[in-house]
Amino acid sequence: MLPLPEFTVHTPASVDEAVALLAKLGPGAMLLAGGTDLLPNMKQGLHAPAHVVSLQRLGALRGVRREGDALVIGAMTTLDAVAGSAEAKTHAAALAEAAAVVGGPQHRRMGTLGGNLCLDTRCRYYNQTAFWRGALGYCLKKDGDTCHVVEGGRKCVAAASNDTAAAAIALEATVVLTGPAGIRRLPAADFFVADGARNTARREGELLTALEVPVRAGRVSVYEKLRRRGAIDFPLLSVAVRLDREDGSARALDVVISALAAKPRRLAAAQKLGAADLATLPIDTLADAALRECNPLPNIEGDVVWRKQMVRVLVKRALGRATSLA
Amino acid sequence: MSGLIGKAGRRGDLVQRALGSTRFTDDLHLPRMLHGKTLRCPHPHARIARVDASKALAMPGVAAVITGKDLPERFGIIPWTPDEHPLALEIARFVGDGVAAVAAADERTAAKACEAIEVVYEVLPSAVELDTAITKPEIGLGAKRQDNVSKAVDLAFGDVDAELAASEVVLEGDFHFEGTAHVPIEPHCAIAQVDAAGLLTVWSTTQVPHYLHRELSRVLRLSPARIRVIQPPLGGAFGGKSEPFGHEFTAAKLAMITGRPVKFLMTREEEFYLHRGRHPMRLSFKVGARADGTLTGIDARTQIDGGAYSSFGLVTTYYSGQLLTLPTTAKSYRFSSTRYFTNKPPCGPKRGHGSVQPRFAFEVMLDRLAERLKLDPIELRRRNAVAADSKTINGMRVTSNGNLECLAKVEAASGWKERRGKLGFGRGLGVASSAYISGTNYPIYPNEMAQSAVQLKVDRSGVVTVFNGASELGQGTDMLLATIVADELGLPLDCVRVVSADTDLCPVDLGAYSSRGTFMNGNACLAAARQVKAKLIAAVAAKLEVPEDAVFVTRGALCVKGREGDAVPVDEAIKLAEARFGALGAVGSYKTPPKLGGEYRGGTIGASPAYSFSAHVAEVQVDVETGVVDVVNVWCAHDCGKALLPTQVIGQLDGSVYMGVAEAIFEEHLISPSGLHRGPNLLDYRIPTSLDVPAIHSMIVESMDPEGPLGAKEAGEGPLHSSIPAVANAIYDAVGIRLSRLPFSPGRVLEALQQRGRG
Ligand SMILES: Cc1cc2nc3c(=O)[nH]c(=O)nc-3n(C[C@H](O)[C@H](O)[C@H](O)COP(=O)(O)OP(=O)(O)OC[C@H]3O[C@@H](n4cnc5c(N)ncnc54)[C@H](O)[C@@H]3O)c2cc1C
Ligand code: SF4
Repeated sequence: MLPLPEFTVHTPASVDEAVALLAKLGPGAMLLAGGTDLLPNMKQGLHAPAHVVSLQRLGALRGVRREGDALVIGAMTTLDAVAGSAEAKTHAAALAEAAAVVGGPQHRRMGTLGGNLCLDTRCRYYNQTAFWRGALGYCLKKDGDTCHVVEGGRKCVAAASNDTAAAAIALEATVVLTGPAGIRRLPAADFFVADGARNTARREGELLTALEVPVRAGRVSVYEKLRRRGAIDFPLLSVAVRLDREDGSARALDVVISALAAKPRRLAAAQKLGAADLATLPIDTLADAALRECNPLPNIEGDVVWRKQMVRVLVKRALGRATSLA
Repeated sequence: MSGLIGKAGRRGDLVQRALGSTRFTDDLHLPRMLHGKTLRCPHPHARIARVDASKALAMPGVAAVITGKDLPERFGIIPWTPDEHPLALEIARFVGDGVAAVAAADERTAAKACEAIEVVYEVLPSAVELDTAITKPEIGLGAKRQDNVSKAVDLAFGDVDAELAASEVVLEGDFHFEGTAHVPIEPHCAIAQVDAAGLLTVWSTTQVPHYLHRELSRVLRLSPARIRVIQPPLGGAFGGKSEPFGHEFTAAKLAMITGRPVKFLMTREEEFYLHRGRHPMRLSFKVGARADGTLTGIDARTQIDGGAYSSFGLVTTYYSGQLLTLPTTAKSYRFSSTRYFTNKPPCGPKRGHGSVQPRFAFEVMLDRLAERLKLDPIELRRRNAVAADSKTINGMRVTSNGNLECLAKVEAASGWKERRGKLGFGRGLGVASSAYISGTNYPIYPNEMAQSAVQLKVDRSGVVTVFNGASELGQGTDMLLATIVADELGLPLDCVRVVSADTDLCPVDLGAYSSRGTFMNGNACLAAARQVKAKLIAAVAAKLEVPEDAVFVTRGALCVKGREGDAVPVDEAIKLAEARFGALGAVGSYKTPPKLGGEYRGGTIGASPAYSFSAHVAEVQVDVETGVVDVVNVWCAHDCGKALLPTQVIGQLDGSVYMGVAEAIFEEHLISPSGLHRGPNLLDYRIPTSLDVPAIHSMIVESMDPEGPLGAKEAGEGPLHSSIPAVANAIYDAVGIRLSRLPFSPGRVLEALQQRGRG
């Protein structure tokens, strides 16, 4: 077996206590939610925190609640619970669908929404054992100064591989963070940053406590994921679509494409659609635009040419499904 | 016979496995046990200039460090090609080759100590890719350092050139199979212990305890009398545990040095370095036929990528050609196969050793020929079928043969006649058939002794214990032997215990490979059980004063024909027999008939006392937008002679189809040009999940083999072969593309569809 490095576990009983602990322990500490990502990564030598702050006792961060015109989903809500929540399925379908296709049943029972949103980016040259990475030569995401994906690249382009990120952005959700300076709210679109080495705007000492998803009448959303197997696989490509309708016609459309590079990408062509276009919803034109806008990189396992071709297909399928629901 | 044979039933040991109570090798914990780790070479080919372990040795908790120099003897499963060292002696030949080994108080310390060992490597030119091995002989990976050739076999039967020249149709095709891994869920693990009397015991996840016993003795320079090998229950093997591995020797050596037990448990990554998976092969086929469908000639040229060491390579090279003359044959046949060494993890035998790759190529060629000749592909196979009780063109003796029945079964069950070609664009049916050995008549090291043996111990309580050298690896040999004995003696199944794969307790069986278990081990066991039965009958006959031939065994009792009231319970009969004959027991053994193969060099390789037959029809749905192939249904009919345990036979067929479809659609064992594995983990190397398995319709065909135990033949490997070409042929039926490279990944399918659209 790959041995887990040694560390000290802390189990705070409240958010305040957790924040205080993080402040005290400093950057040598990491948060542990379900542990389905952190622990395998630690075994591969990707992180070696001296202290691990477990959020398992923070019951207050579990559950899906309706608060006014928002759905508030606690960071410690399991993906399984998100996927099964009637409220989420009704008002944040893309998020529920995304949560339902993460990993396998065991990952979803242990894995949390907070852990998924804060998931480290992935790359076929990074998510490997220390021996393997050493044999290849370390890269600039960890311990090295070159990139194996983009020759001469100076910035890590590891892929956002969390299924819920694209859905959170498409749904105009807000990420709630609690830190030493209090509570901070960030639109999901700004929470994710285009840097594979550190792809969220979470600051040192902060804890993601909830995701707030606005509830709107006439809104439908869907999530499509490309993967080789029926379960387990991280996305090879993913598309979240939000479609807002009023009086029977579309008013706004958002298409977010992910598993490309570090930050999920909002399809510019969809943002630019005028009222007339929205009324007809030109699916093929949008799919063609997506193909032009998105360039999958050989950063994750899988044929890049095929992934590129699938941008069009996946966008088309997501849009087709969204319009059929509306 | 008391009615246990041929009945569906649940296997007790599988219930234990499902409940988590089976104790695998890694579940064994010995007092004072140390944990071992192997330091592995990060270069594809390198000279080890210097190893300095002083820092590692100085670490608290580290008990010992060894390098290649501590174990200088070479080993290898084939006695003619021993080319491995437990740890690389001077030269490491692939990324992952072992260089040093540590024993420490725990796994974490051992891993840290490995990192602290300083090794100076002198990197050597390498041949990672097959082409480099072919074009750059100067790299010198071969035995004489003059080329990179591991083994070359050229054999011809009949005049292929003349036959092809006189054929109405000759088709050519090139195929590529990149190779796959076994991926047993249980990784390799070994524990070694030396007791106060100096006896070395090695518990290991091996499917060949006897060969391990021999090689431990040779490499450690220790008398075999001082070594005991025990194989605990295995969590899957599929051929990946059928030869000795470096960690088995390093565990033993470190236990000898430290005087403490030492355990080595491989990581999933190391599993991909130990490898011995299916060989990558590039195959070029030329097949000719007459207008009536008679196959005239087959000309096969195959380049085999062997990886760093010989492993079973000599046999693989023969098997890549020798096993293709059944069940469909031509008037002439020639094959030329060359295995090359490359600087990659060594390849070896995986379920369907050596013959799955050429089977794919040949069955696709047959599909193309059938189309050209406007013949139904099943009919083409029928017209060229090898008969029962005949000889193949390369001299193999064929006895029972259920090939035609297998074809008929899949034809009927799949609705072939009504449905093929009529399912609309995107959906299709494909057929293929194959044959496989039930063990070979040649032991791995030449000897005149039995290939399999069991010993029975009969207890007065009515319990019979089978001491059996064969390896239970999940396939069910233990249950098979228990059933044979219980059935012969009229005992309930739970009164038969099986002790297997322990070199101190059990007679020698050569191991669980080449599908020999049921045939050889079953025959050995049957022979022993019948001796005990004869004694029970004699004792009961004497007691009841009836002739012996009037006594017969039923469930629970021995009865007399026509005198139902006179039944003697089996445990009573045992006591009567013990009183009459003394302590009861028996040994039984099996050895193949002497002449089974052709009269030429290599003619015995591939010769088997019996062949199994399989046919598959696959139904696929191809998504023309994504290129994703969904294998919807697979019908698999298999001639296993006689299904002694039908539930287990069906399990083997289902498992074979699962594995074959996995190789057709998902799996590809890729090494980067740098020599580094593309992703030695189960996220990057994808095996199907339960959601990715087709509906499998397994059907048993029984041809009652004259020499098999109660008529039985193998069922473990044969039914994998034709599943892959059946999928390939179904894809053609669905969307009109011929894929020559495995696996049929969506990118490849889409590319071929686009080419077809343009063409
Ligand atoms: C085999 C396998 C397959 C997988 N497949 C998928 C997949 O298909 N799609 C997918 O999206 N994921 C997949 N995962 C990854 C993982 O299971 C999920 O992303 C899961 O949601 C992670 O949640 P967790 O609670 O287990 O996170 P953890 O592992 O506990 O944490 C993940 C990261 O988030 C940080 N973190 C956790 N909670 C917080 C918080 N509240 N505030 C701030 N930081 C926090 C941790 O410090 C850590 O860096 C897979 C994992 C495995 C092992
Ligand atoms: S994208 Fe480049 S820098 Fe980032 S993890 Fe992959 S190889 Fe490393």
